[in-house]
Amino acid sequence: MTENRPKLNKELAQMLKGGVIMDVTTPEQAKIAEDAGACAVMALERIPADIRAAGGVSRMSDPKMIKGIQAAVSIPVMAKVRIGHFVEAQILEAIEIDYIDESEVLSPADDVYHIDKTQFQVPFVCGARNLGEALRRVAEGATMIRTKGEAGTGDVVQAVRHMRTMQSEIRMVAGMREDELYEAAKQFQVPYDLIRFVHENKKLPVVNFAAGGVATPADAALMMQLGAEGVFVGSGIFKSGNPAKRAAACVKAVTNYNNPKMLAELSEDLGAAMVGINAEEIAVLLAERGQ
Amino acid sequence: MRIGVLALQGAFAEHAARFSSLGAETFEIRKAADLDGRFDGLVIPGGESTTMTKLLHDLGLFEILREKISGGFPVMGTCAGLIVLARRVEGGGPCLATMDITAVRNAYGRQLGSFETVAPFAGVGEVPMTFIRAPCVRDPGEGVEVLAVVNGRVVAVREGNQLALAFHPELDSDTRIHEFFLAMVAGN
Repeated sequence: MTENRPKLNKELAQMLKGGVIMDVTTPEQAKIAEDAGACAVMALERIPADIRAAGGVSRMSDPKMIKGIQAAVSIPVMAKVRIGHFVEAQILEAIEIDYIDESEVLSPADDVYHIDKTQFQVPFVCGARNLGEALRRVAEGATMIRTKGEAGTGDVVQAVRHMRTMQSEIRMVAGMREDELYEAAKQFQVPYDLIRFVHENKKLPVVNFAAGGVATPADAALMMQLGAEGVFVGSGIFKSGNPAKRAAACVKAVTNYNNPKMLAELSEDLGAAMVGINAEEIAVLLAERGQ
Repeated sequence: MRIGVLALQGAFAEHAARFSSLGAETFEIRKAADLDGRFDGLVIPGGESTTMTKLLHDLGLFEILREKISGGFPVMGTCAGLIVLARRVEGGGPCLATMDITAVRNAYGRQLGSFETVAPFAGVGEVPMTFIRAPCVRDPGEGVEVLAVVNGRVVAVREGNQLALAFHPELDSDTRIHEFFLAMVAGN
């Protein structure tokens, strides 16, 4: 039996493609998410909208709470650690989490270094606003990327900006002459071999989801049409009027993101969406953490 | 030859790319209307079986596909696809229930239990096998042929025109399992 963890960990992300990963804070919410068709859940004590409202330092969730969610569902369970906090990551690995999100949504523990994710057996997903951030995280061992967006706002504008930036930078690198790739690696501040991969394959070396501000089925489909391979929906579901119905609608919207007629049907009668705040009205931009 | 790839969620693009590279035409199935045209074989990919089960029902695909497969239409299910085909499911409810096997969900535990190996596959030879949070097969019925066993666990079975694999041939560069299925389709 051979052991190639980075490959296996990238491949788990491939199995999540075309799916919706939902933030949940209790086993009951996790069950609602699974029943609605979520392909994975993110276990955390407070959803980003509440983290934002509460202020203060936000940390890894209580392992007991995460284990409760692992016991409640059969789909993969993810959980967040602070940027650079490799001991929180060791703890999540010890409870056999399926994916660790080294996340700007929590307060950073290190303002210079991210976690050396190559030292872990469990996989990591990291946020990125552009191609440079994405490839730096991949170089550190992330096996899945998501746009940062702006978590807890219900405002999709930042997720759109980050996905557009990433896709347009990928197209730019793909169109370069081979002798221009060395300079591109320097400009993007990333290893040459990763720039070369993007040039040859016209995509990131790992699966790329959208996250941060997705609140409606239309938002989810928008991110898919912009090139996301799947979507994280955080506060948008359990801060809305009818979480079960909205969750199921987002799942269907991601599968049929190119079908306006179906999107119209499943956008009907979902109850109140999360109120949200405009991304430009907020004091702390989480997306600026961890570049 | 035209192969429909169930594209509700999961690693469907990898299967489509593999079949295209082998000269088959492929198309994606996301809603009932996608089943209108003529096609020769169906693939149910890896992903999350709970997600696929929910979407098969909600999108009106469940009855059509169950009837088709029960009637002998060639189908290949990998990982979650194996669970979708199984008549009995340990750790969850059955979905299409067309194949006389018990699927054990998450048979190797969480992601830390995922692994790769090389093992014999009946009629094909030694093939690479990638298991991602994989299921395994228990209690195969009388009409079920066991094609591969890894560490004492059944990981590949065939019943009539149904082929179910606990591993992911679409993730490795070896094309023989997909060729095996295309031969099944051609023989139908």
